[in-house]
Amino acid sequence: MNDLRGASAIVGAATAALGEAPDRTDMEILAEAAKSALDDAGLSLGQVDGLFATSMVHNMATLSIAEYLGIRPRFSDSTMVGGSSSVAHLLPATLALQAGLCEVALVCYGSNQRSAAGRLVTNSAPPPYEAEYGPRYPITAYALAASRHMYQYGTTREQLAEVAVAARGWAAMNPDAFMRDPLTVDQVLASRLVSDPLRVRDCCLVTDGGGALVLVAGERAKDHPKRPVYLLGQGIASWHRNISQMPDLTVTAATESGAQAYAMAGLGPADMNVLELYDAFTINTIMFLEDLGFCTKGEGGAFVSGGAIGPGGRLPVNTNGGGLSCCHPGMYGMFPVIEGVRQLRGECGERQVPSAATALCHGNGGVFSSQATVVLGTEETI
Amino acid sequence: MTDVHGKPDAEFRNHLAQGRLAMQRFRKSGRLVFYPRLLCPETGDGAYEWVDVSGRGTVYATSVIRPRPDAGAPYNVALIDLDEGPRMMSRVEGVAPEAVAIGMAVEAFIGREKDQPIVLFRPADSSGGATS
Repeated sequence: MNDLRGASAIVGAATAALGEAPDRTDMEILAEAAKSALDDAGLSLGQVDGLFATSMVHNMATLSIAEYLGIRPRFSDSTMVGGSSSVAHLLPATLALQAGLCEVALVCYGSNQRSAAGRLVTNSAPPPYEAEYGPRYPITAYALAASRHMYQYGTTREQLAEVAVAARGWAAMNPDAFMRDPLTVDQVLASRLVSDPLRVRDCCLVTDGGGALVLVAGERAKDHPKRPVYLLGQGIASWHRNISQMPDLTVTAATESGAQAYAMAGLGPADMNVLELYDAFTINTIMFLEDLGFCTKGEGGAFVSGGAIGPGGRLPVNTNGGGLSCCHPGMYGMFPVIEGVRQLRGECGERQVPSAATALCHGNGGVFSSQATVVLGTEETI
Repeated sequence: MTDVHGKPDAEFRNHLAQGRLAMQRFRKSGRLVFYPRLLCPETGDGAYEWVDVSGRGTVYATSVIRPRPDAGAPYNVALIDLDEGPRMMSRVEGVAPEAVAIGMAVEAFIGREKDQPIVLFRPADSSGGATS
């Protein structure tokens, strides 16, 4: 498996229309991101022969996207694992590049979820033996996990709030972030309860936005204008789909996806300079810090306390502001990877983590269901 | 030979309509499984029998859904671990939704919603409790 270490590299990355993009379609947003990422890589649309994408609304995503972009990919994959999809697509993209099934892989995503509110449809069947009880998806599933984590480990409401406050602190330094006003623990705790114990400010945003990544084989990475960012390690794992089938609501399959990614990279948690974790809700960040080995199980609440993961803290986590304060256009998995790339390129301005050489980016899908982890590194780590 | 032509989903719902809360016990693993499915998730084996369960259980995790004021009253959604093993989502009723607590002993009853039987729970009665 170690021959996948550095087998691919990200040579183009871009976001588009983060926040509010009234009157724009999801495809327009996606195409803008794809074009910008290809420009960033010094490539053109006509050179794309591998396409990796999924969508909240197009259930044959790569077909719709290839048609819209006017490309005929030799290899494509639209595996739908919820919000983790864009992270999980990096592994098949790497395999396809390594096997020569394609030479330029485009991973892309776009959504107008905020501006199209009320007009969205879901193509997902209701969860069996759950929907009849009226849970609100996805928040109730995460609320149930939070209730269990609080009961089992004494995690507090204040500790959950710390996660939102840290994310906002980073967002304040990101001109692309959607919510940048100061936020305090008291303000989080005073926000409206939605599904106990989670409140509005424990929840990710609903925004528009898109993003794209361009990957090439590792040995070709230096042929492009920007500093390449290598895929050092990758892992994907899932143990359930529905929350009532999750074996232990305090432990996610990130324990497995993370272990795979670390093993492939030959690195561990202590080697990671910056973390970008899918924070659909505040409990996510706490559980992923535990499951990805940054603290022991049950210690996540204490770990995030006292501003420890915010600007100036001991570990930089979600430096773009995360799904909580930067953007969350339906599915967020693309954005932790883009932020990881930008940190390793040194493009992050005020929020730049000094001399970051490694980044851990983590995607979550469904209701803690699908977990996808990647370890990124600069040329010096190869 | 294993029968893989069963209809465990319909069988479960038929039992419920008869006032019976029964779950599959797969022969090879001896494991009780919920929700109903054709193959044992532990062994892949298809041979099962229906076993009545006590309906007694413990709240494993709980939440209160709070609709906006004009959209209805708050209600409970919980995950219940049955004494026999399986976990299921349900609501604990007969008590304020925020009074439902992890570790609380509960017992099942079969209610009706939208003209269908539905498995619900209430705080366990000290006298022992029944399933319907």
